[in-house]
Amino acid sequence: MDVTIRKKELVKEFSPMLLKPSKWSKIWMAILVAFILYGLVALVVQLTKGQVVTGMRDNVVWGIYTINFIFFLCLSYSGAFASGVLHFFNTPWKNAVSRIVEIITVVSLIVGPIFIILCMARLDRLHYLFIYPRIQSPITWDVIAITTDLIGCLLYLYLTFIPDFAILRDNSEGLPKWRKKLYTSLAIGYQDTPTQRRRLHKITKIMSAMVIALAIVTYSVLAWIFSLTLQPGWNSTIFAPYFIVAGLYSGIGVVIIAMYLIRKYFKLDHYIRKAHFLSAGVILLITALLYGYFTFSEYFARWFSHKTHDANLLETLFNDYFWMFILANYIGILVPIAIVFFKKLRTIKTITFAAVIAVVGLWFNRYLIVVPTQETPYLPIQDTRPEFVHYSATWVEWALSFAGVAAFVLFFMLLMRLVPIIPMSGIIDYEKKGKVRRDGLTQQQQP
Amino acid sequence: MKDDKTTQNGTNRRKFLKMGLLSGATTVAGASLLANLTSEEELKASGEKIRVLTPDGKMVEVDAESINNYPEAHITPEESRKGIPGRKFVMVIDLSKCKNARTCVESCQKAHHLDYNEEYMKILLLQDHEEADPYWFPKPCYHCDEPPCVTVCPTGATFKRDDGIVLIDNERCIGCKFCVTSCPYSVRQFHWSHKPKFDNTDLPYSPETSVPGEVGTVMKCDFCPDMIRQGKLPHCVSSCPMGVIYFGDKNEDMVTNGEETVRFSELINDRGGYRYLEHLGTKPNVYYLPPVDRQFPLERGFDVDEEIIERYKDVPYVQDMKEKGKI
Repeated sequence: MDVTIRKKELVKEFSPMLLKPSKWSKIWMAILVAFILYGLVALVVQLTKGQVVTGMRDNVVWGIYTINFIFFLCLSYSGAFASGVLHFFNTPWKNAVSRIVEIITVVSLIVGPIFIILCMARLDRLHYLFIYPRIQSPITWDVIAITTDLIGCLLYLYLTFIPDFAILRDNSEGLPKWRKKLYTSLAIGYQDTPTQRRRLHKITKIMSAMVIALAIVTYSVLAWIFSLTLQPGWNSTIFAPYFIVAGLYSGIGVVIIAMYLIRKYFKLDHYIRKAHFLSAGVILLITALLYGYFTFSEYFARWFSHKTHDANLLETLFNDYFWMFILANYIGILVPIAIVFFKKLRTIKTITFAAVIAVVGLWFNRYLIVVPTQETPYLPIQDTRPEFVHYSATWVEWALSFAGVAAFVLFFMLLMRLVPIIPMSGIIDYEKKGKVRRDGLTQQQQP
Repeated sequence: MKDDKTTQNGTNRRKFLKMGLLSGATTVAGASLLANLTSEEELKASGEKIRVLTPDGKMVEVDAESINNYPEAHITPEESRKGIPGRKFVMVIDLSKCKNARTCVESCQKAHHLDYNEEYMKILLLQDHEEADPYWFPKPCYHCDEPPCVTVCPTGATFKRDDGIVLIDNERCIGCKFCVTSCPYSVRQFHWSHKPKFDNTDLPYSPETSVPGEVGTVMKCDFCPDMIRQGKLPHCVSSCPMGVIYFGDKNEDMVTNGEETVRFSELINDRGGYRYLEHLGTKPNVYYLPPVDRQFPLERGFDVDEEIIERYKDVPYVQDMKEKGKI
């Protein structure tokens, strides 16, 4: 097999995706930009009037900004974990999904911290975190962990991009000048020589192990922000592992959804096969079982021992948040399990449906962790304005939340315009090894 | 004179943190963190000694630096971190005398330029268990010796002084609200929006007065160190017509409600004084005397605005009374 010809073929195959956006992707981008602009309006309103425009008040001081922050960080964490595992163990079918996972990791790690910044009331004093840092505070740990994680993940993502940048630089014709220049500088002189190849492989492997560790540390620190406080419902020893399992669950869900959409809109059926969905479905099943087990232990221990303050919290959960509790902790766990458990039910569409339920359910699970606890503190909420007792998010918060989701999708689409969503270098590697047929899948994995 | 136990705990924690720092010395902010940790330094001695008479009649020599020459002078945020030397402030609240007259709330609001709806001091209506009668429960900041709010603050905007007071420097606060969620007593409140009163700069800002406020920062009861420096009692103490609240110095073992001055240890031991939610390990400096031999019937507390009564609508007792048409 002639590698140079194959490279040209691949570039030809993928360049329409990079260069000529379809009508639909243009419309989608316009919608996403509109959402982001609406979010920016909300941001201006919040910055000028203060956080009084949000639903947060003296009793519930952390609202859906915090929930989105945890949610996006858990996507990032699980993305890092999954891609690290795929790379480190050199999983045979990783090629089709690894880049999707890596992009999710980095993009959500950029979007997530924006939300915690929105939750801070004095953005003009943000630099105080570095001028007057206190190492005792879990927020300082968080700042250190997230910045380290972000740098590590960006580095890792870039490393996996380099071979493709080189291929694009050498093999594409009719590229606009700026793109050619961009690829040339981004490829940093990578010529695919055996030495370079070995070196890059080594660094990528080391980084893949590093990002797993970084992700676990970062997400544990995030969980500690809650579990180190004395509040009923938060002061739990299992929060760090619980958050990590929950993160994996929602992360694999988002990967499945992304796989489905990319496969559908870019007609990549021969790269992203049913086998990928089935494997992802099995991982979804395993994480769902683990996550369900953790959720059950957490609430079961509180319910069975029924300390007064825990009992008050459960009463709030089962009265004020009854439907949300059912949605998050019954439907959000049991329905995906039921779908993926039976072999007959496992199709691409049903697995994607299970993934959507998992992700939505997990968002509400985060809501139930963050808000009800603040509404049932140790001392009953009395002698306070009635409108300060309960939390409900305002349009400003929703607008910014949707803007965050839109930014996530938009960044994703923009990165897909920069490099092919299926790593070309990876395709060539497998074909070289001769194990793989032209469509990128091994024989035994054919569905 | 310092409480030995707290000093010991403090140094242990500092040692532990320093060890943690050494092992994590690669952090970018390492250097500034160390500088920050050591900033809780002792008062500088000037060498000059002055003789003073202690309350128990002894003549002692103290360092000139320890004496506050201008009690009414403005205390800057930097100075307010030090605390008043040799003091350890405590409050004792006698629950048997409280009838929700709310003068403590109102005088506090007036002194700290708070709105009608903002209270540093809140009065709760608690009921310990089904058989017990409910009682009124004034709740200031407890100025804990192990304050969770101080531990979690990422910038040192809230701090614990040597005299036991926990204060907020709202020029340092970034509004992350972690301290609000970490306080198990829900003491802290927040300036959600800008108000015209914040622009009033007649008096320069001091953490000791908490005035003027600042949008996007946190606020709470400050034990009125500005009053203490002038030799006066905090506003809630001096305004209470029932003498419910005692305030004083644990080192002197004296507390007063403005009418009678009693030994702190005797008051606590003779009348079964306790701290609320002791099991959380926060070590509050506010003690309660149990609501026994009440001086007023509980109903006297409902002699307030309709709007205030509404704030207690979730208490089973109030719902009961409303059904019977007694309120």
